[in-house]
Amino acid sequence: MTVARSLFIPLVLFLVIAFLIGPFLIIVAASFSAGETLAFPPQGFSLRWIAKVFTVESFRASFGMSMFLAIGGTLAALVLGIPASYALSRYKLPGAEIVRTIVSAPIIVPGIIVGLALLRYIVVPFQIGITLALFMAHTALILPYAVRVVSASLENLRSDIEEAAVLLGSSRLGAFFRVVMPNIRGGILSAFILGFVTSFNQVPVSLFLSGPGVRTMPIDMIAYMEIVFDPSVAALSSLLALMSIGIVFAAERFLGFSRYV
Amino acid sequence: MSDASYLSLQKLTLTYGDSPAVPDLDLDIRKGELIALLGPSGCGKTTTMRAIAGLMPVKSGRVRLDGSDITRVPANKRAVGLVFQSYALFPHLSVYENVAFGLKLKGMRGQELDAKVQSGLKSVGLSNFANRRPAELSGGQQQRVALARSMVMEPKVLLLDEPLSNLDARLRLEMRTELQRVQKETGVTMIFVTHDQAEALALADRIVVMKSGKIEQIGSPEDIYNRPTSSFVADFVGFENIFPLENGKLKTSGGLINLSSQPPSAAGLAWRPRMVTLGIGPFRGTVRGTSFAGDSREYLLDTPIGPIKAEVEASQPAYALGAELVFDLPAEKAAPLARFA
Ligand SMILES: Nc1ncnc2c1ncn2[C@@H]1O[C@H](COP(=O)(O)OP(=O)(O)O)[C@@H](O)[C@H]1O
Ligand SMILES: [Mg+2]
Repeated sequence: MTVARSLFIPLVLFLVIAFLIGPFLIIVAASFSAGETLAFPPQGFSLRWIAKVFTVESFRASFGMSMFLAIGGTLAALVLGIPASYALSRYKLPGAEIVRTIVSAPIIVPGIIVGLALLRYIVVPFQIGITLALFMAHTALILPYAVRVVSASLENLRSDIEEAAVLLGSSRLGAFFRVVMPNIRGGILSAFILGFVTSFNQVPVSLFLSGPGVRTMPIDMIAYMEIVFDPSVAALSSLLALMSIGIVFAAERFLGFSRYV
Repeated sequence: MSDASYLSLQKLTLTYGDSPAVPDLDLDIRKGELIALLGPSGCGKTTTMRAIAGLMPVKSGRVRLDGSDITRVPANKRAVGLVFQSYALFPHLSVYENVAFGLKLKGMRGQELDAKVQSGLKSVGLSNFANRRPAELSGGQQQRVALARSMVMEPKVLLLDEPLSNLDARLRLEMRTELQRVQKETGVTMIFVTHDQAEALALADRIVVMKSGKIEQIGSPEDIYNRPTSSFVADFVGFENIFPLENGKLKTSGGLINLSSQPPSAAGLAWRPRMVTLGIGPFRGTVRGTSFAGDSREYLLDTPIGPIKAEVEASQPAYALGAELVFDLPAEKAAPLARFA
């Protein structure tokens, strides 16, 4: 009885961790396989699939596209989102709730619907190029995260420090850059990381908007797997995971990222 | 500009949306004066301060400072300092950088800046804390940083919104002395807001008592303490027994009452507990409550004219709970009130 009980919690814990980390470990293990097909357990050990990732032309192109969308889209979302968050949190605006809802919509509405809607009602009628369409879509998708996270850090910041700055001779705008921005930079960084990861992992919207020669990384990986079933996709996944971990680790190390999320 | 109106509020009206917070305020303040703005919470003290600082739009009326009309001058060009109730220190900057903030905006650099910041920190006793962040300071120390940050700017007027209310009792006393010292040393014109009459009485050259956005009485601490002109001020400064007068008679819950001597002509009379005489007099009462306060004893009396609070020296014979006694409200000791609200 007591033995059974004392084993219960560790067992549940083990299962949860196995379920969360297990698939990831399998992918990592598979990346080092010496065999020709994606399989587990890996056949032998080699770095050949890791090396191959860097030679696949389409991977390089789609990685570049995804990086551009993730960084550019997040920056654009912050440029729009920071002033929006500021206005929402500092002024009692009529219709603020509506703006908040609209801004949050992309989190609630399934991506596949957003993608279809963008394609049908914006991209096709206005003849927008694929890259621009993807950029706009990713910006829109990241915006809610930017507004939410930045708003949260603005809520925690007293507004009277801006008035204090003004009374010490600063203009209103100057006060924003001198005392608001430095105090919400953790929130901005968190929003950046969330936005970056969201954009990088985005599939449904990108699926609709990708076109000839322009693909994001995940879309390209799916396309690759439909044709070639070798472990290089696993190797690529491991490398991407390593990149994400590196970013979060660096952010935590240098800026105490976890305080803001 | 006359000497008596270095800072002058003329028919100042301030509103939040349509609701008037401060209607038609007139106030003149001399250069170098230490003014206390005293009133209960919600009476418009903060609103008035914010208008003087330029953080609050003026609906109508004018604010004049040092000979010029500053009603429409933006807050960052007014040379008015404000120490916020919450201190409003910049959390991302060190104590040193907080104090240097305004000076740098003025274009001060290098040695001059450093000397100025150091002397500012020294004057509030925080030289050893220059590199700390505000979060690493106690409330009292944060308060001092806020004071130094405003003072180094050499404002024409320094406003302090409830500067002592967030401090514990001991620090409050210390900070009170500090404020007085800084004011005397620099001669800066200072207005501080408080809802604590003891603080106002102890610190101010002049006290402005506010009620519902209007000035109820202006006067020296002695005036306010001894000669309140309205029932509101009397109540605020500790007159516990306050009655309206009607045709020379005291109007009480027990009807119109004749006093033992002829009262002055006024709208009302007010007695502090220690102005009530026990043991002789025309009124009867029952001791309902009693408390010993070292030098004195306080009694709460149940009487036909309503509850009366009395205070007598502890050396006098004590009355027990439930004891019947006689007492007097001597008209000549009472503060005559011109207005009864
Ligand atoms: N931001 C605001 N919006 C609307 N009404 C306000 C605001 N701030 C204060 N008031 C109202 O104005 C009046 C005066 O407030 P305030 O100046 O803060 O009083 P005090 O500082 O004396 O406590 C109060 O009735 C208060 O409810
Ligand atoms: Mg206030």
